[in-house]
Amino acid sequence: MKSIPFGASSFDGVPGLLRVCQLSVSYASRGHSPVRALRQLDLEMAKGEVVGILGESGCGKSTLARSIIGLLPADARVDGSILFRNEELMGLPEKQLRRIRGAKISLVHQEPGLALSPVMRVGDQIAEVIRAHRSLARKTRKLEVESILREVRLADSGRIYAAYPHQLSGGELHRVAIAQALACRPDLIIADEPTRSLDVTVQAEILGVLRNLNQAFGTAILFITHNPALLAGFADRIAVMYAGRVVENGGGSKVFGRPLHPYTKGLLDLVPRSTRTEYSAAGSHLPAIPGGPPDLKSLNHGCAFEPRCAPKTEICRIENPEELTPEAGHRVSCFNHDR
Amino acid sequence: MTAEQATKRAARPALVRVKGLHKRYVQRRAFSRSRFVVDALRNVDLELQPECLTALVGASGSGKSTLASCLAMLEKPDGGEIWFEGREISRCDARELIWLRPRIQMVFQDSAGALNPFFSAAQIVAEPLEVQRRESGRTLHQRACELMEEVGLSADWADRSPLEFSGGQRQRLAIARALALQPTLLILDESLSGLDLVTQAQILNLLADIRVTHSLTYLLITHDLSLVGQMADYIAVMHQGSIVEHGTRQRVFGSPQQAHTRKLLAATQDLESAFRAAQAEART
Repeated sequence: MKSIPFGASSFDGVPGLLRVCQLSVSYASRGHSPVRALRQLDLEMAKGEVVGILGESGCGKSTLARSIIGLLPADARVDGSILFRNEELMGLPEKQLRRIRGAKISLVHQEPGLALSPVMRVGDQIAEVIRAHRSLARKTRKLEVESILREVRLADSGRIYAAYPHQLSGGELHRVAIAQALACRPDLIIADEPTRSLDVTVQAEILGVLRNLNQAFGTAILFITHNPALLAGFADRIAVMYAGRVVENGGGSKVFGRPLHPYTKGLLDLVPRSTRTEYSAAGSHLPAIPGGPPDLKSLNHGCAFEPRCAPKTEICRIENPEELTPEAGHRVSCFNHDR
Repeated sequence: MTAEQATKRAARPALVRVKGLHKRYVQRRAFSRSRFVVDALRNVDLELQPECLTALVGASGSGKSTLASCLAMLEKPDGGEIWFEGREISRCDARELIWLRPRIQMVFQDSAGALNPFFSAAQIVAEPLEVQRRESGRTLHQRACELMEEVGLSADWADRSPLEFSGGQRQRLAIARALALQPTLLILDESLSGLDLVTQAQILNLLADIRVTHSLTYLLITHDLSLVGQMADYIAVMHQGSIVEHGTRQRVFGSPQQAHTRKLLAATQDLESAFRAAQAEART
């Protein structure tokens, strides 16, 4: 395993929090070659930074989240390094991982309704996280939970504390899940598509809660989504993932204002323009990127995006592009980024 | 749609006309004898224009799915009328339904749960044809493969289990199955929720294509207007069991009449304008 000097090399000179280096994860599949979910992925996060991971389903976003928090399935083959506050997480014994998981790094799941126990009051489930990591008297623990519930804007904390998951609405469950992730004041919250399958109005509320946490406590957030619009004005930096790699990485305004990778351009083109006064003619088509994500079992030598790419050239099929830095703090892996 | 086409369509009678529809569910609380009623639909009026896409939006619990189930005749309404192709269908008996069911097809949200995992893709698409005795033997399989290719799935995948398909591909398969009986009305109940933006756009493009080839009318239920809003001809907004607003997309987006519609649109548009602002700021 490689060891990389840490700190000075992180973005913008801000002290580093997380550094994922050359991370590869593959899952065994019966009778086939393994599924390569992550391929030599690099990612850094500074303290208190909000990083948005943008990508389609099946590009390895959730695998990345699970490898950082050490919850990959047992049959996953992992290689590379994950440094968190200068500590190597890879190969750390389960006992020590448990000390970090929930206390320093926590995860908000896609479907909090499924992640919460149906037979336990949600307040007790939040208290459980505190009990696992801090020694507090039962009464102070309860008070602490109620204050956390108020922080995620669940004003009626008494009712919520005593409720079972089925008695709460989708938006309330999401906030309970965030409260649970927040219980021990972690340095990093990983939010894996936390607003999927929510109403737009509730979606906006959840984003507001996360934004407040970041501003009030300086909690770094790794926000995973497929919708670029959710990251606007929220993410300090955006990493675009495709087929298990980060293909573009830069400051939020740089990636939105001047996207370099054709895949990023395609994703941004899809952000709806329902605010426009002149409407596209009905029956016309949306600018969807053609095709689907590549089969991660059989990737060849070329760029993984090549089959779906419009400005592709001969070299794209033969060689995988190296990461380039066309402007400071904005990296891209594409031969034709300047076209 | 050009203005000429629009007037031509408007001149035709509505394909579906719903008048004063009521549906009430009586439920029992867990471990108790007390009952409570939910008025899922209250006096719903709705018209669906032929060969148009009507988007039905509303928060969860507003009664969208109940309305869809009533239209697809999976639920019997407690009051009101549903007129389809000039016939009142809400009180049809089983014999009449045999004629009617193929005309109205439904695609659900969770296609993984709606497709039988023990069937191959081709069997799934072929099943309705078999049940209705439209095709048999070799032509059955051939027809299933044709339908799969029509929705953008390779016929080479005919023997695969639906579990091997991605979310978007499964949704395509569900559409192929719905198309098998050549319906006139296709109800898509949250069929795009849970798919990523690229896949949503691809499915919407597919719907636009097959609308022309199959002269289909769509009722698309959604809680997220962002992409659907761009493709819809009409938008109906549902709130607490009633349709509070219904009009062309231009009218509903341009001058929403109801506070509830405005709130719904604002949430979508806030995100989009934040994104456009971030883009504009970065470019200067």
